Amino acid sequence: MAFLEVRALEAYYRQTQALFGVDFRLDEGSITAILGANGAGKTTTLRAICRMVRTDGEVVFDGQDLSGLSTERVVRLGIAHVPEGRGTFVRQSVEENLVLGAYTRKDKAGIAADMESVYGYFPRLGDRRRQQAGTLSGGEQQMLAIGRALMLRPKLMLLDEPSFGLAPLIVQEIYEIMARIREREGTSMLLVEQNASLALAFADHAYLLETGKVVMGGESELLRNDENIRRIYLGY
Amino acid sequence: MDLFLQLTFAGLAIGSIYSCVALAVVMIYQATDHFNFAQGEMAMFSTYIAWTLVGLGAPVWLAFLLAVGLSFLAGVAIERVIVKPVENAPVLNQIIVFIGLLVIFNAVAGWIWEFTIKPFPSLFPADLGFKSTLIGPHHIGVIALTLGVLALVFAFFRFTRVGLAMRAAAANPDSARLVGVSVGWMLALGWGLAAAIGAVGGILVAPIVFLEPNMMAGVLLYGFAGALLGGVSSPGGAVLGGLVVGVLENWVGQYVPGGSELKLTFALILIVGVLVFKPAGLFGRVVVRRV
Repeated sequence: MAFLEVRALEAYYRQTQALFGVDFRLDEGSITAILGANGAGKTTTLRAICRMVRTDGEVVFDGQDLSGLSTERVVRLGIAHVPEGRGTFVRQSVEENLVLGAYTRKDKAGIAADMESVYGYFPRLGDRRRQQAGTLSGGEQQMLAIGRALMLRPKLMLLDEPSFGLAPLIVQEIYEIMARIREREGTSMLLVEQNASLALAFADHAYLLETGKVVMGGESELLRNDENIRRIYLGY
Repeated sequence: MDLFLQLTFAGLAIGSIYSCVALAVVMIYQATDHFNFAQGEMAMFSTYIAWTLVGLGAPVWLAFLLAVGLSFLAGVAIERVIVKPVENAPVLNQIIVFIGLLVIFNAVAGWIWEFTIKPFPSLFPADLGFKSTLIGPHHIGVIALTLGVLALVFAFFRFTRVGLAMRAAAANPDSARLVGVSVGWMLALGWGLAAAIGAVGGILVAPIVFLEPNMMAGVLLYGFAGALLGGVSSPGGAVLGGLVVGVLENWVGQYVPGGSELKLTFALILIVGVLVFKPAGLFGRVVVRRV
């Protein structure tokens, strides 16, 4: 069985159905990307895994069925979600944001060590640890969101458009750091991106969502060479 | 000059009680975006519990601690049972629930303990070992105890893990859930703390205004005025606002002609004035909503 297995996943916002039977899987230690246009259901898929929307279908993580769990319980299993819009605690300091990331952990020494390692990945956060997080730039807040997720010592990270609204250079910097994190921590990642070329270069596997359904999936290489994907999502 | 100092000290004492009520109101407001109109009546009910315990023979300090503890539990229970089911309901429904709570507590207190005025013992000895013509022993005790309680509350929010989680849950519930905070329980804890802080205020004000089911009506109004003056988004501001309102109330009563009749009016003028001219209060943040 795969590390994360999603079968026939449906999701609803009140009466409106957003996902119509999504199936995909993610192997331990791998990076999987979910691609798709605006409104295809990428963000909803991540929210459904974390049980932040009403769902139907099956999500099995590390052998455990997630249906019926609360979001807090899912987090305690080791799934860290870097949400759309970054979810910064704007009035709290950078350091308090990171402390909150480790909220479910009790090992003080480990938390302190991980905080230093986050500052190692993101030196800019280290320079601003006492600063109110709301005053950070967009790129820094994205770094903080990733750092906060790392503080959970997650088995699986869900990343919702880390490139959103950021300058190309910053995006490049963030993806380089994410690659380093993957190399050192071996964390599995499920990545949602609108920027298909970026995602396909970073991920091992990818799935393509269209209007709430998976229409294609496979190794990134395969999708990158697909005629339709190249034309529609990569644009050349 | 003596009179001025007496008025000021007495104002600080009563103001510190307003601060407790203001802080309780602000805590709920931060988490729910609404004023808990029943905060005063909950405190009144707590005070009756303490009074009953004293009547049963408990030392007044023990009665105080037990009543505050019970109020905490009751606050948690009220959130879980009554407030939680309407947390996603329209604003008006929630306000009606709060007003309903106010009426229920008032009526039940009157039913159990009757509406007659009862004396309530001070927590503090009449003789503190020194005499001052400027401030009475109860007032000294009130100031010391409330400042101690408020300092504890601030330390709790500032320095503990649960305090940080409560602030996070109030500010950004979605993100709080995503780091594993049980937002629902944090809100319940907030109600418990607010009820406990209110109980402290009620038990301290009872020896001054006497115990009766309507004793908190004025206090709640001054508490609101303090909270608004300091800024409903700023707990520290609300505490300061409560103190300022307490002192101003006494000054107005003495130095404005006919002022002793105008004390409550003054609180209302303050509320309206702040809402019209500086809605965010002295220390609050201006809330900007994107549309």
